[in-house]
Amino acid sequence: MSIDIETAAKVAKLARIKVEDDALPALAQEFNDILGFIEQLNEVDVEGVEPMVSVTPMRLKRRQDGVTDGDIQEQVLKNAPDAREGFFAVPKVVE
Amino acid sequence: MTDLNTLKIAEARDALRKGDVTSLELTESCLGAIEAAGELNAFVHNTPDLAREQAKAADARIKAGDAPDMCGIPLGIKDLFCTKGVPSQAASNILGGFKPEYESTITRQLFDAGSVMLGKLNMDEFAMGSSNETSCYGNVVNPWRRGNDDAQLTPGGSSGGSASAVSADLCLAATGTDTGGSIRQPAAFTGITGIKPTYGRCSRWGVVAFASSLDQAGPMTKDVRDAAIMLEAMCGHDPMDSTSADLTVPNFEAALTGDIKGKTIGIPKEYHMDGMPDEIEKLWADGRAMLQDAGAKIVDISLPHTKYALPAYYVIAPAEASSNLARYDGVRYGHRATLEAGDGITEMYEKTRAEGFGDEVKRRVMVGTYVLSAGFYDAYYNRARKVRTLIKKDFEDVFAAGVDAILTPATPSAAFGLGEMKDADPVQMYLNDVFTVTVNLAGLPGIAVPAGLDKQGLPLGLQLIGRPWEEGDLLNTAYALEQSLGFVAKPSKWW
Repeated sequence: MSIDIETAAKVAKLARIKVEDDALPALAQEFNDILGFIEQLNEVDVEGVEPMVSVTPMRLKRRQDGVTDGDIQEQVLKNAPDAREGFFAVPKVVE
Repeated sequence: MTDLNTLKIAEARDALRKGDVTSLELTESCLGAIEAAGELNAFVHNTPDLAREQAKAADARIKAGDAPDMCGIPLGIKDLFCTKGVPSQAASNILGGFKPEYESTITRQLFDAGSVMLGKLNMDEFAMGSSNETSCYGNVVNPWRRGNDDAQLTPGGSSGGSASAVSADLCLAATGTDTGGSIRQPAAFTGITGIKPTYGRCSRWGVVAFASSLDQAGPMTKDVRDAAIMLEAMCGHDPMDSTSADLTVPNFEAALTGDIKGKTIGIPKEYHMDGMPDEIEKLWADGRAMLQDAGAKIVDISLPHTKYALPAYYVIAPAEASSNLARYDGVRYGHRATLEAGDGITEMYEKTRAEGFGDEVKRRVMVGTYVLSAGFYDAYYNRARKVRTLIKKDFEDVFAAGVDAILTPATPSAAFGLGEMKDADPVQMYLNDVFTVTVNLAGLPGIAVPAGLDKQGLPLGLQLIGRPWEEGDLLNTAYALEQSLGFVAKPSKWW
């Protein structure tokens, strides 16, 4: 499996990371180096093996479905790059 | 009395309780050492005012006779831990200016026990790296040098700031985190001790997430006893982390008897690597002989899927990272790119993430995106998770056969020069974690202890891997090994 420039551009788009066109060939090459390394996994016989879900066999604990905090709008917004009138502000999303 | 910053936790604890020293004196000594060690670039956000305030409170507690072991002990905290009101950036520009409104569970537990925070420690960006060269704060420098050669060496990564700071006596101990070896590899490169506990022992709440099924925090200390003391304070069930184990935390220090008679230690044949320096092979053989002399039974074992651990890791960790790091979108915290007229929300995401993430982080997020994308999920991600099951089974089989702990080298080399791996492809750097990454995939506890110096005068470490939840037993085996090794070397001060 080899990654071409078009696939590299598609992955960058999916990851929402802007990559300039002239940087795509080098990126595709790096992907190929890493995927070439990962290809070794194809040597392993995984017939009938369950994919790991949890490394320690434990049941996740249940808890009361209740409100445990709130009324902290100021703290929630404190680190926002742009917060206005109690909201996170972003560029216009709908026309 | 010696310089107070060079004390170990146990020594400082005993001196504090006897009234020979105050936490404020310890703290001032460390703050002075930090001030004089700018060249190491280990501390990146200093908190001297907070430290003095915490030290005074600790002194009052000690005086009142209500002092847990960690009370009054000055620590460095890895930048990955969210600390209330103090910059917590995971060494990334994308979290520039972020000051959490909350405290991570581990730092809260340490502060509740009376520990003092001297500041935040440098690291690889989002803990992705093995040399501390991916940090937005610049490289950390190892206090150790190759003899009289003044070339700067890496302290390892990702907890490189923690390792450098403890090794150079800028603090008594530090927190680290370990996703593929990020506590144990830097500990080995700097001649200190570092333990990664069983997955689920330490709460991950408030620790910036990299790969959630692999991440565990742990202490980085000057010896095994200190590791036992500090680990105990960091462990415990936390309802805020659904994978946190609801198990009693034993008194780890009490487990340090040094008696390992009748224990069975496994030596895995797959950890003999082509091209590994003879010195590491010898050190490993020495460790084996020492444990045998101490009364342990040594057996040769096989962990047949070892070779596939790194490739499985480089599917699973980037996949989880691509999902975890989706939250850095320039909306709720951290950096947002300056937008041009007409830019919409997609441009905001793409530009913000392009500016905010460094190259290694981008690479891993995109690899993770690829292996999770439609059509490749089964071929890569599911296959890697199946291989992970087999790697864990390798360990379960040897434990079932009676092995109590496994002895391996900690790293395939000593510390290398900063910049030396610049032209290598990313996979070459990944090989640093070849002996440590299996432990994360299997969720086991692992500890690196300093074992000796190589020809160039650089420290090398050995690793012990234990059964799940048996950190006390593992620490005791490490303690017995430490006693036999008698490693006391320190870097000569040049900074």
